[in-house]
Amino acid sequence: MSETPRRIPRHIWGKLLLLALICYFLVPVWWLLVASTKNAEGLFSGSGALWFKGGFHFFENLHDLFAYNNGEFLTWLGNSVLYALTGGIGCTIISVLAGYGFAKFKFRGRNIVFAAVLGSVVVPLTSLVIPTFVMMTNIGLIDTIWAVILPSLLSPFAVYLMRVYAAASIPDELLDAARIDGAGELRTFFKVALPLMRPGVITVLLLSVVATWNNFFLPLVMLSTSKLYPLTVGITLWTTLASSNNGGGQSLWNLIIVGSLVSIIPLVIAFLTLQKYWRGGLAVGSLK
Amino acid sequence: MASIETPPTALSAGAVVPDTPAAPGGRRGSARRHWVGWFFIFPFLVVFVAFLVAPLAYAAYLSLYTKGLATGTTFAGIDNYKRAFTDPSFLHGLWFVLKFSLVVIPLQVIVALFAALLLDEVVGRLARFARLIIFLPYAIPVVLGSLMWGFLYSPSFGPIEQISTLFNVQAPFLLSQGNIFYGLLNVVTWQWAGYYMIIIYAALQGIDTSIYEAARTDGATSRQISLRIKIPLITPALALILVFALIGTLQFFVEPKVLGPIANGTITPDFTPNIYAVTLALQYAQFNYASAISFSLGFVVFVAVAIFMFVTRKRGSLFT
Repeated sequence: MSETPRRIPRHIWGKLLLLALICYFLVPVWWLLVASTKNAEGLFSGSGALWFKGGFHFFENLHDLFAYNNGEFLTWLGNSVLYALTGGIGCTIISVLAGYGFAKFKFRGRNIVFAAVLGSVVVPLTSLVIPTFVMMTNIGLIDTIWAVILPSLLSPFAVYLMRVYAAASIPDELLDAARIDGAGELRTFFKVALPLMRPGVITVLLLSVVATWNNFFLPLVMLSTSKLYPLTVGITLWTTLASSNNGGGQSLWNLIIVGSLVSIIPLVIAFLTLQKYWRGGLAVGSLK
Repeated sequence: MASIETPPTALSAGAVVPDTPAAPGGRRGSARRHWVGWFFIFPFLVVFVAFLVAPLAYAAYLSLYTKGLATGTTFAGIDNYKRAFTDPSFLHGLWFVLKFSLVVIPLQVIVALFAALLLDEVVGRLARFARLIIFLPYAIPVVLGSLMWGFLYSPSFGPIEQISTLFNVQAPFLLSQGNIFYGLLNVVTWQWAGYYMIIIYAALQGIDTSIYEAARTDGATSRQISLRIKIPLITPALALILVFALIGTLQFFVEPKVLGPIANGTITPDFTPNIYAVTLALQYAQFNYASAISFSLGFVVFVAVAIFMFVTRKRGSLFT
């Protein structure tokens, strides 16, 4: 595909538009980066919000962040990692098994169950949170890590994605060949099917880890002990504190800003390094 | 919804065949395969029943009762629903999310579609970089995305005040009563447009490029190719996005909830139906009425999606 000279000017417009889009989508992140290097004085001094000034206080802010209130930020960070990994990995295992089951076995009742799963994508998630809260209260799991982890295991969309992926990537002949060779169903799954589904598995893992890491509504409702909070709820607690006692005591705003930066870095890195997987995986999702 | 068996899309023709041919080995073999199929979906079914079917059934049950201090729990029939649909707080929130959906969904999808078409056209390093940056907000928790925009809007931290001073105009405070609609519009578009862009882009990449060459030979311009060939071919992806956006926006919760503390009272406890339901449940312990509100919202979402599917049923869309 050689570029003809006539097409070049239009591509310049295209590139300018792309630059404009990049600026728009980058502005908040850029602001966060710049603001995390300022001290309270620099932050509130008005002019120059989008550029560095008043010295470089990033490491100072970082130190304060982890020292504040007996290091509660570190506890929240640990909780976020715990919830994201257990919820995300658990959800992935469950969804991969189910997707494979739906795609490769023609059992009685399959279509009805799958229709129910598909229909449940439309159920407003939030209408589940309040009854789940009451149920968790009744069985005594409210305000424990389980109240956050267990509901995170459910993802009808991940099951749908894995079904489509399994159907497209595993030839039936291969499964039958393994069975004829005497491999049991579990062995066939682990040795033949799972390696073929790997890109799909990684996509679902990434998406479910991100979903749990970013979740706010569920932990907000389920948890009342601040020691159990994940980052999202913890930082919101700080903003409420910071806006209710303006200026009183240590300025929390710096910590909120640096804390936000620290909270987004792991996922941004994960997304950048695993691009080729999730792009392929989302492509499968859009095939439907 | 039998449509899943034959996805009506040009992209997947032949590639996606969910149906497994009958198992070899006759009746006994297929009986065993039945059992194995259930075995694989069993863990998911447990979670599905425990955290979707059961809460849904329980909410339905709760919403049909009332609990009074003196009277105890009594059956109320549809009284809670009658109350919900005449409750100004609920109706006010519902009106807001409906209005908001009607503006934000087209806006997001247009931004996403525009970006995806641009990225499909322009190649090179800049385009690859742009694709990552536009998608970046998806990796950022909604809580933090909202918070960052809240800071940018703020007169004490943000640049809006300074930029306005530069042009000698009054800075708009995007979290004020009159402007919060636009403030939220921007936050939501920024947060989700990239995710939708990736889905559209993936669909565009799946189109056989020989179609474009044929069109170009026939004298079609790039714009005509975009409007007449690309967009019609990615209708299933667009329909998927519209349904997702509709479901998500009607349940609007996190963004206003996070901006609440810094918006000086603009975000009321009945700002959206979801915020209202959570306030009722957690602050006033009115679980029965809160469940009815949640269910009423769920009903509205269902109706909205059904209307959408009905309107688009003949356009080769997702659910036809």
